[in-house]
Amino acid sequence: MPRPTNPFASSASPSSSTPPLPVKNEKGSSRRQSASKANKITQFFSTSPKSKNQDSSASATFALLAAAQQQALVSPSPQISSASLSLPTISLSTATADNSTMDTPPTTLFQPPSPAEARRIAKQHAQFGPLGHQSHRYVSKCVDDNFPEPVMDEPPYYYLLTTYISYLILIIFGHVRDFFGKRFREENYRHLKARNGYAPLNSDFDNFYVRRLKMRINDCFSRPVTGVPGRYITLIDRRSDDHNLHFQLTGTTTETLNMSSYNYLGFAQSEGPCADAVEEVVRKYGMSTCSPRGDVGTTDLHVEVEELIARFVGKPSAMVFSMGFSTNATAFPALMGKGCLIISDELNHASIRFGARLSGAMIEMFKHNDMNDLERLLREVISQGQPRTHRPWRKILVVVEGLYSMEGTMCNLPGILALKKKYKFSLFVDEAHSIGALGPNGRGVCNYFGVDPAEVDILMGTLTKSFGANGGYIAGDKAVIDKLRVTNAGTVYAESPTPPVLMQISTALRIITGEVAPGQGEERLQRLAFNSRYLRLGLKRLGFIVYGHDDSPIIPLLLYNPAKMPAFSHEMLRRKISVVVVGYPATPLVSSRARFCVSAAHTKDDLDRLLVACDEIGSVLQLKFSSGVAGGAEPLSSNDGGRNGANIAPRPPRWSLSDVLKTGVQDVKSPLR
Amino acid sequence: MDIHDAHVYLLRFLNELSTQFQRVPGSAIFLRYVKASYQNDPVRSAVELFLLLFFVRYLLAPKYSTQKQNYVQLSDEEIDELVDDWTPEPLVAPQTAFEEAENEKHPVIVGPTGPKSKLANGRTVMNLASYNFYNFLANEMLKEKAIQTLRTYGVGPCGPPGFYGTQDVHVKTEADIAAFLGAPACIIYAQAFSTISSVIPAFSKRGDIIIADKAVNYAIRKGIQISRSAVRWYEHNDIEDLERVLIKTTKEQARKPLTRRFIVTEGIFENVGDIVDLPKIVRDKFTIELKLRYKFRLILDETWSFGVLGRSGRGVTEQQNVDAAEVDFLVGSLAGPLCAGGGFCAGSDEIVEHQRISASAYTYSAALPAMLATTASETLGMLQSNPDILTQLRENTKAMRAQLDPRSDWVVCASAVENPIMLLVLKPEVVASRGLSAEEHDRLLQDVVDETLANGVLITRTKRMPQPLHAGPKEIGWQLQPALKVCITTGLSRKEIEKAGITIRHAITRIMTRKR
Repeated sequence: MPRPTNPFASSASPSSSTPPLPVKNEKGSSRRQSASKANKITQFFSTSPKSKNQDSSASATFALLAAAQQQALVSPSPQISSASLSLPTISLSTATADNSTMDTPPTTLFQPPSPAEARRIAKQHAQFGPLGHQSHRYVSKCVDDNFPEPVMDEPPYYYLLTTYISYLILIIFGHVRDFFGKRFREENYRHLKARNGYAPLNSDFDNFYVRRLKMRINDCFSRPVTGVPGRYITLIDRRSDDHNLHFQLTGTTTETLNMSSYNYLGFAQSEGPCADAVEEVVRKYGMSTCSPRGDVGTTDLHVEVEELIARFVGKPSAMVFSMGFSTNATAFPALMGKGCLIISDELNHASIRFGARLSGAMIEMFKHNDMNDLERLLREVISQGQPRTHRPWRKILVVVEGLYSMEGTMCNLPGILALKKKYKFSLFVDEAHSIGALGPNGRGVCNYFGVDPAEVDILMGTLTKSFGANGGYIAGDKAVIDKLRVTNAGTVYAESPTPPVLMQISTALRIITGEVAPGQGEERLQRLAFNSRYLRLGLKRLGFIVYGHDDSPIIPLLLYNPAKMPAFSHEMLRRKISVVVVGYPATPLVSSRARFCVSAAHTKDDLDRLLVACDEIGSVLQLKFSSGVAGGAEPLSSNDGGRNGANIAPRPPRWSLSDVLKTGVQDVKSPLR
Repeated sequence: MDIHDAHVYLLRFLNELSTQFQRVPGSAIFLRYVKASYQNDPVRSAVELFLLLFFVRYLLAPKYSTQKQNYVQLSDEEIDELVDDWTPEPLVAPQTAFEEAENEKHPVIVGPTGPKSKLANGRTVMNLASYNFYNFLANEMLKEKAIQTLRTYGVGPCGPPGFYGTQDVHVKTEADIAAFLGAPACIIYAQAFSTISSVIPAFSKRGDIIIADKAVNYAIRKGIQISRSAVRWYEHNDIEDLERVLIKTTKEQARKPLTRRFIVTEGIFENVGDIVDLPKIVRDKFTIELKLRYKFRLILDETWSFGVLGRSGRGVTEQQNVDAAEVDFLVGSLAGPLCAGGGFCAGSDEIVEHQRISASAYTYSAALPAMLATTASETLGMLQSNPDILTQLRENTKAMRAQLDPRSDWVVCASAVENPIMLLVLKPEVVASRGLSAEEHDRLLQDVVDETLANGVLITRTKRMPQPLHAGPKEIGWQLQPALKVCITTGLSRKEIEKAGITIRHAITRIMTRKR
């Protein structure tokens, strides 16, 4: 239920989506004194926090909800009803209802936290959920010597066929509407036609997909948000009266569970060590350096962060940039040129393509993560040499991503390194999503596979995702980085990263390595790994088709039919969960998907809430069509374990929700089936 | 026995085939037609069948040759041998001595950047190298605002604008900039440098035409390169030449299908320092608009003029009394004088909305940190409410110029009078008499920079634009003249500026007159 707020007001209080009603009844409850703080949870259930006015009561209620969730977490086998999970407001009202019927005053004597304190805790938990139980941890590490390729499951042909038919219908409808629109509503098409001698900025043909297909589901994209994109994200409600052509803000906000931000380690926080350090640095350094790195934009902070990053990724030297996209866009022209060859995975990010195109080198592509195809291509290009002249290539750079943002797959680093030994190419790994998110120490794919980072020539990554900051880095040998420092356009022209961003990076890195707040970094890494596996396993068992490797925090859930994209997004939004849906052209035409980005800030409860929502929506939208080849099978009763025992024909997994929730925590620890 | 079985199997198969064929609706008609037409001419039927198959194959074949030209068939052993033979060059070329020195001498500021900055070697120097023109960096109010934002939004938005990365502060900053400029709409990018490189290819595609000033900056060049459009260059800031190119292009294109056409230029030229003559591009002396006459759209990069030119810093449009709406794409930076971060493109609604889905640096990159967006809004407000600081900056610029331009025997200031980034180039006669090579030229200027720094003033020099690796001499194109770069700030008093000017002048003289 949205609460009216000024969408542009920077209100410090978390705007809760819960109605302030229940707490108002509690105003009379008495306050008990106690020094002990150990059992705050019970306290939440015995009395409600004092609330002076409506505003604080809303947040206090929210604290209550958080505490209720915590309570549920602490018990090893929580009895979670689906209703209480999918709709937090309901769970809240039941909790308070219990409260009001409780006639005997509780015997524990505790001081309830002051409203301000409760508000602070609520805000903190909205950004980073508390760890429910010590068992909700896992170490992200490649356990199998033979890196398994993820199995791509396929839906029954019925769904593929209906998907094509849906697109056909959409296209036909689009053309029919265009046909009449161009005749009767000419003014709407004016921008697509040549006007007094100017060619249209958008060609009619290019614009068709956007105009007739994307526009229909435009409300699922670019939703404006406010506040911290942490565990919860606050959406600014909007509505459209003209079929998504324009949006009006309704003036209310909705707090939703955030399954969409790349906040892998949960560093999107407005308090805690990071934010405190950033505040201090803003006071000391100001907001900017007002100069590119190549001029005088280098401060001691830059030097320090570069050293930290180099040490973190295990390379001798590193350099930072103010934007991840331009890190790639400027790196390739500085490395490669005429007579060089860039071999790129077909699903590489747009920034890599942008940079590769700028470099002037030849570009070849190989099938996503297909080592055989890569080897075939390498043999061909090396033996054939440059086109036409047949001169040998000056150098060959293979470019892969550590973790692919739309597929959730990791690159097969051991496989590539084996090829590298034989074919002597250089290797560039874009760790935009994998840095911080993979490996027992969060140091990316090399760490995950237990590979020496020295074997990879260039490690690039972004600081936007896992570290909650902005920008990108390149790490490599000292000679390479020193050369890039003077030849890279990003250092010569682009603004240097700002002090607050650098401080966020360095504090986040220090937390991960344990220098600051020891134990916290480890908890974040292990929670992320647990959460990723838990959600993935749950979805597979419920019968969804999900792509990607088991340890990847990116979990795409395949929807196929185009109409299921908005339906899924809307249904999730109704359950106060914000998800990203992606379709063509970001994915192949048939495989539209919803993408969940798991974070260390999520608690197991949040994921259960998501699983409940997925279960309900999946049944309604007919999304459970996995065949069982990709996992989700019953655990083996015998202890021969692992994937080797899977010689029985796979049965489509269709677990009941309660079974999924009951066994999930234990089963996550063993190899997923 | 075997043959018999095979025969039976074949018969059964044929039988099955014919029944299946007969089940296809219309097969009887087809059969009858074939029988009736070609009763006595089986050869003709065969030829027609062949033609039909050929037609189908032709239809399915790609329109261009997929056969690799020049492909050499090699055996596996040969390939192995070639693979063993091949030795790649090292990933990067070794550093030159000059580059090494540059890396070593690179100034590192310890603590805050300001008009007086402390360097890593412990010395505090006058900083005339940052774009901190109005000294907003030291403004406590801005810091407080930024901290407020931090406490509400955290640092990073953790996602691209399309996927929950559009925060209300971004929307507000966009609205603020649009209102400031008087443009209908605006979009903000996370980095100023990438903005124009992304704006150009979002609109200009293969087959479109771009007419650009020869001296435009590196980012524009990269944008043009990635757009794959046909590009024509005109002499730097030469309106006659622009018109000549426009006429020529229009004539060439007269009979071809209409394509998008753009003029790309800068407000203040990053490489040269002078200012575009906008009214002449937009209108000629009869106030008939040049770009309108030839039906070109104008992309104006105001990275260096936004926040600097005009009464309140609205840029070259304000300075030259041109309506910002007449400029189709107005690109600017929030990272320079505004002391925040990111860039923007202002234009019509259609132009802005199109970028939200097709400008790669916007769509595929995380959004701008909220703190930087609010800081940009605040500094814009300060420029608007307090235009005196612009006057003060111009006073300081004038004071510096007076110390350098007319008094130095060696350098002239290439920058326009209003440009607080003063580019000092060696006088042409000096360059000619000494016969400086490109590297000597750079080294000479670097020596001046070092000498100035030794006397307590931090300045820089313009770097040559990075060249594509292994490029032939033809691909190099226009080259900037290396220059010393002196950035004026209001954070220093007039006295201090004058003193710094004298230091710079003397340093130049010392380096130029030393015995080689």
